[in-house]
Amino acid sequence: MRGWTLWWWIAAVVAMVAVSAWAIANNPFKFVSSLLNGITAAALYFLLASGFTLVFGLMRNVNLAHGSLYLLGGYLGWIVADRTDVWLLGVAAGFLSTGILGLLLQVTVFRWMQGEDMRQTMVTIGLSIVLADIMLWVFGGLAYQLDPPRLISTSVPVPVINNYSTYKLVLLAVAVAVGVLLWFFLARTRVGMMIRAGVDDRAMLQASGTNVQIVFALTFAIGAGLAGLAGVLNGGEEAFKPGEDTNVLLFALLVVIVGGMGSIVGAAIGSVLIGVVQAFGLVYAPTYSIVFTFVAMAAVLAFRPQGILGAKA
Amino acid sequence: MKVRATQLVGGLFALALAASTATGALAQEIKIGLLATLEGPFAAGGQDGMRGAELAVKAHNGMVAGKKITVIKASSDAKPDVAVAAVRKLVEQDKVDVMVGPLSGSEGIAVKNYSKSQPNITFINGSSGAQQTTLQDPSPNFFRFNTDGAQWMVGLGDYALKKGYKKMALIAEDYSFPYSQVHGFMVGYCKAGGRITHKAWVPLGAKDYASVIAALPKDVDALLVVLGGSDAVNFLTQYERAGGDKPLVGGTITVDQTVLNFRGRRREALVGTPTAGPMADNLDTPEWKKFVADYKANFKDGFPSPSLFAFLYYINMKATLEGLEAVKGDLSDGQKKYREALAKLVLKSPAGEIRLDDNRQAIGTTFITEVAKGPDGVFFNKVVATVPNVNQYLGMAKADFDKQGLGSRDVPNCP
Amino acid sequence: MSDWRRAGNLAPARTAWSRPAALKWPESRLGAPARTERGRIATALGAVRVRHVVVLAALIAYPFVVPPFFTFQIGGQTLALGLIALSLSFLAGYGGMVSLAQMTVAGIAGYVYAIFGTTATTDGLTLGWPWWAASLMAIPIATLAATLIGWLSVRTEGIYTIMITLAAGMAFYYLVHQNISIFGGFTGFQAVAAPEAFGIYWRDPLPFYFLSLACALGGYVLIKYTARAPFGVALQGIRDNPRRMAALGFNVTMHRIAAYTLAGFLAAIGGLLLVWYNALVAPGSVDTKALIIVLIIAVLGGFAHPIGPFIGAAIFVLLQNFAIDVVDRLSGGLGLRDRFNLVIGGVFLLIVLFSPDGLLGWWTRLRRRFETAQERSDPRAGR
Repeated sequence: MRGWTLWWWIAAVVAMVAVSAWAIANNPFKFVSSLLNGITAAALYFLLASGFTLVFGLMRNVNLAHGSLYLLGGYLGWIVADRTDVWLLGVAAGFLSTGILGLLLQVTVFRWMQGEDMRQTMVTIGLSIVLADIMLWVFGGLAYQLDPPRLISTSVPVPVINNYSTYKLVLLAVAVAVGVLLWFFLARTRVGMMIRAGVDDRAMLQASGTNVQIVFALTFAIGAGLAGLAGVLNGGEEAFKPGEDTNVLLFALLVVIVGGMGSIVGAAIGSVLIGVVQAFGLVYAPTYSIVFTFVAMAAVLAFRPQGILGAKA
Repeated sequence: MKVRATQLVGGLFALALAASTATGALAQEIKIGLLATLEGPFAAGGQDGMRGAELAVKAHNGMVAGKKITVIKASSDAKPDVAVAAVRKLVEQDKVDVMVGPLSGSEGIAVKNYSKSQPNITFINGSSGAQQTTLQDPSPNFFRFNTDGAQWMVGLGDYALKKGYKKMALIAEDYSFPYSQVHGFMVGYCKAGGRITHKAWVPLGAKDYASVIAALPKDVDALLVVLGGSDAVNFLTQYERAGGDKPLVGGTITVDQTVLNFRGRRREALVGTPTAGPMADNLDTPEWKKFVADYKANFKDGFPSPSLFAFLYYINMKATLEGLEAVKGDLSDGQKKYREALAKLVLKSPAGEIRLDDNRQAIGTTFITEVAKGPDGVFFNKVVATVPNVNQYLGMAKADFDKQGLGSRDVPNCP
Repeated sequence: MSDWRRAGNLAPARTAWSRPAALKWPESRLGAPARTERGRIATALGAVRVRHVVVLAALIAYPFVVPPFFTFQIGGQTLALGLIALSLSFLAGYGGMVSLAQMTVAGIAGYVYAIFGTTATTDGLTLGWPWWAASLMAIPIATLAATLIGWLSVRTEGIYTIMITLAAGMAFYYLVHQNISIFGGFTGFQAVAAPEAFGIYWRDPLPFYFLSLACALGGYVLIKYTARAPFGVALQGIRDNPRRMAALGFNVTMHRIAAYTLAGFLAAIGGLLLVWYNALVAPGSVDTKALIIVLIIAVLGGFAHPIGPFIGAAIFVLLQNFAIDVVDRLSGGLGLRDRFNLVIGGVFLLIVLFSPDGLLGWWTRLRRRFETAQERSDPRAGR
């Protein structure tokens, strides 16, 4: 890092620490709860963004139907949970159904467009419109919310704040677990190694004799499944309805832009940054909280256009 | 090649023209355009609104003044420019005689402005409830037979004080409809000595209320929650999870049928929440009971009880048809006689009598209700008080009302 | 064996999407500078073909043969939307940068016009200036905004540009949605006054149509001219191989930003037309759906030729207005009348799956097939 960039970083960190100290002294409750809210929001964003960035990193496919997959996972998970009265089954259904759909999409549609990034993006846009309308048709306009078990639906005492939603903490734990599993999968398994190799140099992966199509199909399935998982898990905390898909897609984009395309760790960092900025914004400046997240994105882009951990394009 | 290009273009146009003009206008037919939001965040309300309007047409057996009623439907997604485009198509292309709609507040203002450019067509509201539509720059051919968002909350302030809620905190969405609702509440509440010490205006569609909940003051007696649809559902879930225990007072769409029937766990904590609006689920009048029975009989896929949107579209369509009956379907001379009949119409709605004021805005009854749970486990709103003859000036003198201005983030204020 | 051969092909697939305009322009036209002996004007006039005259005549005669609804809602809207989509098409086709923020620029022009002009809104800032003063503020400010967006985006490439411009567009949406004192919040600006000049109210169907037609023609000619001017040729070179262009001494970044500025200028004019057409501007005019619609229109028509976006806009506007009727008619009593969005999305999906260069590409392939059939019968005929 060049000398003056280092000074910028130090100045930024010092400023943040100073402001945080003031905020804690001023109203510790507000500060701690905002921080916690930010981190738990980051958990959801990570689940969303990890799938998105995985698919892009390997296959250069900007899946703008990611939000629709989120919503679909939520609806399908709700149906299964409602019929069987077992929440966990609903979660599994949300994950598996979108995973299978992702697999099918890759094998039947995207395989024939390998290398045509723009065309794939257009197809995902068309898919998102079609999926959104089908879901509106089948599920109507009402709000749906999943019903997690009583055990995790209450609140727990947390230092400084007396009551914090247990479910949000469970979500945080799940996101961390998913992150660890993903890391293990990518870093320690053969398939993961192939995926990482493909992200770095897809042509060489093909040249080395691996059946790239299977790797692609698996990756897309995982990415889509993660979107559905995020949908069904978040559906226990926030109601979902038509229109959620575009909201959620926006956050996935923001996190991935900030964190860097193709990097899971970048997705984690990006989600924490965006989650915390948004949570603090909602409490300290509610009117423009969303605009602040964009300002954060623009600030990151001004210094690193490829994102924090993105590879230089 | 040139020939094929023009053939292609010509074919496309022919298709479009054929599709649009295929419904030839019959002489013995009255065409009514119907606009509701069938996409986007208000989709559920729009679907029910269409049901309400269809119910009104069915109650007339599809005929009015001896002519067949043809309803041409259009959809918008709560965006004013989309609404105006849809209305323009219905009026200028499909040549409807009367236009009923739209659903949401800002669409209503846009349609009202459009109506000024079509002086020979009569426009009747669907369910939009923005104060400005008839208070600012009203249009001579735009009629609203439903009370506006502020009128819906008149009397709730006094009721809240009666329940002992002297200090309240407000959580509401940050746009015009909640402004009117809060305006209607606070006019009575502040005058009678109540205080709202904390106002939290959240962005529309915000899902994360954790921060807002964390910032709520601890020393208030109750919360005034003016959120709609899924925002209300999210807030209630998160408030409960955060251990919140203050009693709530709800806005008109905070605990209406679309929220009470959402697909998730029923909230026992909601029982007893007071709210106010132009209707109540358990009104004891024969007209209301018939309305509910007809709704249930005709729409197996509808709600257990008609929602607010169904009711509002129903009364507006009913007024449309009764006005047509009164002039025996005479829409000649720029529909002048029809509009005069509408202005004088006293509508016997299922929830009381409705008259129009000088701005063609409804004067009607507001019902104070509380959420109750029926023996079959279904939640509904039961009447606890009635406020008759609520006008758009909310019981104030016109001069005072104008001085205070329309509801906004800071108006009115009584911290 | 064939796997190895395929694996060895390291160059990106040469498809319409990676090199849109390169495939479509016949070699003789690409890169050929205007011949100085004849001068540029004479060359331009010489390039006018019979089909240009026919289409122009049809466009001029159009409002006189169709009802006013078709002139205003179909014709006027097509031309205004087409102009905005043209700006996207220009950036994407000639510059290789797909920017989803063109509708945002159009929205900025609309908002600035409403702020400086006369509206009936009480929230929000309305200065009540005459229409020409408001327009004179709107266009430069919107163009400047486009330049800023371009500056933010030019350091990214390809797919990243889509995401960043989408995010920028959404930032603007949330800004105008949340801010009430200047932008009027959720309701936006209603009853925006359209120009009234030389005794004509320019929002009446006929004047508005001809005004839009003039602007659309101006944009079309401007793009066609730019494509062959040194700037446009350099831009295409930058699209194809930025490193080589930089080595040749071209300032790649400035060229790209200038392209955004030019596209922003077109989008600003389109935005002004739209705000006059709608007589209102609200956050809904610049939300995600609106941004994506411009992309859909550009894709439908094809990036290859400046006429593409207008064709795409015509199809989209027709679908938007009549899909509900067609679906209702075709589905009989199946209750499918509300599924018009499905129709629009489905059509778009079909076009992208089977004809990624849009309708123009399908048209070109059809023509080529027709020609090859002729070639087979006449061995002397050739390109």
